[in-house]
Amino acid sequence: MIKWLKFVWQIFKRPSVHFSLGFLTLGGFIAGIIFWGGFNTALELTNREEFCIGCHEMEANVYQELQSTIHYSNRSGVRATCPDCHVPHEWTDKIARKMAASKEVWGKVFGTINTREKFLDKRRELAEHEWARLKANDSLECRNCHNFNSMDFTMQSQRAVAMHSSALANGEKTCIDCHKGIAHQLPDMSGVEGW
Amino acid sequence: MKLFTQMLSLISLCFVVSFAGAEPINPILQAEIDQPVSAPPIAKPINNDLKQARNYPMQPPLIPHNIRGYEINLNVNKCMACHSRTRTEDSQAPMISVTHFMDRDSNFLAEISPRRYFCNQCHVPQTDAKDVVENNFVDMEHIMQSDQQNNQGANHD
Repeated sequence: MIKWLKFVWQIFKRPSVHFSLGFLTLGGFIAGIIFWGGFNTALELTNREEFCIGCHEMEANVYQELQSTIHYSNRSGVRATCPDCHVPHEWTDKIARKMAASKEVWGKVFGTINTREKFLDKRRELAEHEWARLKANDSLECRNCHNFNSMDFTMQSQRAVAMHSSALANGEKTCIDCHKGIAHQLPDMSGVEGW
Repeated sequence: MKLFTQMLSLISLCFVVSFAGAEPINPILQAEIDQPVSAPPIAKPINNDLKQARNYPMQPPLIPHNIRGYEINLNVNKCMACHSRTRTEDSQAPMISVTHFMDRDSNFLAEISPRRYFCNQCHVPQTDAKDVVENNFVDMEHIMQSDQQNNQGANHD
């Protein structure tokens, strides 16, 4: 047994003594594809709505609220799923968000919002995290679909035109500044700017 | 014989006319009560931001815009995000009237009175739906005018 372990260790220590350069290069290349592909596939598996609502915390609270909004059901059938709004599409930002999501795994394990009451108590804090995130990236996830340059002001109501052509156009405000609570219910808004 | 056929056709015509003119039991859905009725299409909300004349001075103003998804509950009042006193400068929306700050003893409060909190109890948006029953409301201005004209006519006589 010890002899066999020593033999394996020798191979790992100096593989080029035992294998050809071509084999090692090609093998490394193939292994790289498999690991990288596997990593990305696993990452994308967590980027689906089914994964999100696999936890009852999401399924029973925020997913139920989403269903009555225009982002779930509308005339043209284009809808937003959880990751469309809550996970950045760019790879580096996505990885950063996924690392931050380890806090959510912690919350799941220790049941920080495992009842409706706990969720409602924590809703303001959770909402503030999302507002801050969208404020910081200039509402990037909104703009992935809602392109300012493609907005036809003549098709908007007068109030919408007044706001979009001034504060939004000059960058003073971003989508989330006014459009809070469009996909989920709001927490107590006392003290929030603009409420 | 000719008279008989004429009478018969007249009677049958009367039957046809009376049946054709018969109102269905449910005049709003235009159907008999035992018939399945498909729901009418959902009317579009009027969203033109134009003030509508009030039908009488105390009428709560109508909402000239879409209010889909506006929350009014323990946590938030979405209407107040534009129509509250402090928000009207940014939003340029009409401020809730001073009566909304009064409690039932006519004391003015600093904020909207709890009894005026639920906007939709009085203020409603409109849709482009057709009237299901005819509305024969007459503005009191017209009543006064026709009254005056009648009086003037009476004085002349």
